[in-house]
Amino acid sequence: MVGIVLISHSDGLAAEAAELARRICGTDVPVAAAGGTDDGGIGTSLDKVAAAIDKVDQGDGVILIPDLGSSVLTARLLEAPGAVVIADVPFVEGAISAAVAAGCGTPLDGVLAAAEEARTIRKM
Amino acid sequence: MDTRFFVTWMEEITAAVRAARDHLTRLDAAIGDADHGTNLDRGFSAVAEALAARPPATPGGALVLAGSTLIRKVGGASGPLYGTAFREAGKTLGETPEVSTAELAAALEAGLAGVRRLGGAEEGDKTMVDALAPAVRALARAVHEGGTAGEALDAAAAAAEDGAKATIPLQARKGRASYLGPRSIGHEDPGAASTALILDALRTVGSR
Repeated sequence: MVGIVLISHSDGLAAEAAELARRICGTDVPVAAAGGTDDGGIGTSLDKVAAAIDKVDQGDGVILIPDLGSSVLTARLLEAPGAVVIADVPFVEGAISAAVAAGCGTPLDGVLAAAEEARTIRKM
Repeated sequence: MDTRFFVTWMEEITAAVRAARDHLTRLDAAIGDADHGTNLDRGFSAVAEALAARPPATPGGALVLAGSTLIRKVGGASGPLYGTAFREAGKTLGETPEVSTAELAAALEAGLAGVRRLGGAEEGDKTMVDALAPAVRALARAVHEGGTAGEALDAAAAAAEDGAKATIPLQARKGRASYLGPRSIGHEDPGAASTALILDALRTVGSR
C-alpha cells in the first residue's frame, strides 16, 4: 500500500488530520503525521518527516502532503522520483482522497492523481 | 581563504544573527509569522555547536555541515533555503583546502541557483533572492575586474544591503508575506535582511 505523510507546521493539526484519514479510510492505510518542530513549536522538522516516511514506506511509494511554506520546502528536500512524491493539494481534503485511494491498493501515481482531484472537487 | 576562514564566517554569522534576532523577528512580524530571528538564531547556534563538535577538514566541508545543520534545526522556510544555499556552495568547493575569490563567487552562484530551484523565487518577488542575486553578481564582477578579495567581499556585502533595502517598496509574490498582497508593500523582507547580514559577516571576516 502507498504510504501517506501529512506534514504540518502544527503537531496537533498533522496528528488529527492523520487520525481523521484513518477513521474515514480504515486503520490499515499507512498514514503518518509529521507536525511541528523538534521541540514542539510551530514549524517543520526534517527529522520528523524522514522518520514518518520510514514508518509508512511499505515499498509501494510514499506521498507527502505538506500544508505550506517550510513544510513544502522540507518535503521537496526529501523527494525521490518514483518513490517519494509531493501532492500539491488542500491539506485535509487531499489527505482523505489519498487515503481512500491508497486503501484500495492504488499505485503511487494513482494515489497522487486522486489527491490532486481534491483541489477541484466542490463541497456544494 | 582556508577552512579557518569559513568556520570564522559561520561564527560571525552566529553572533550577528544573535545581535539582530529581535530586529529580524520584528521585520517578520510585519509581513510574516514573526519567527525569522528566533529560527535563524536557533539554526546558527546549532551550526556553531556542530562545527565545534565535528571540526571540518575543508572550506567545502564547513559549508556543507553548516547547511545540513540549518536544514534540520531552523524549523522555518529559511532552514531549507539557507541550508540548500550553503550545501550547494560547499559541494561546489569540493575538497579544495584554499578558496580563491573566483571560486567563492562560483560557489555562491551555485548556492543562489539552489535557492531558486527549491523556492522558485525570482528577483523582485521580495525574498532573500533580492539580496543574494545582486551580491553574487557584484562578487563575480569584482573578480572579473581583478580587485582584491577585500574589495570583492565589500562589493558583495554592499550589493546585498542595497538589495535588501530595495525590497521595501515591493509587493511579495512568494512566501508567507505574499498572502498579504499589497499590504506587504512598505516593509523590508526579513529574508533579504538576513541575507545582507550573512554577506556583511563575510565582509567583516575578510577585512581582518
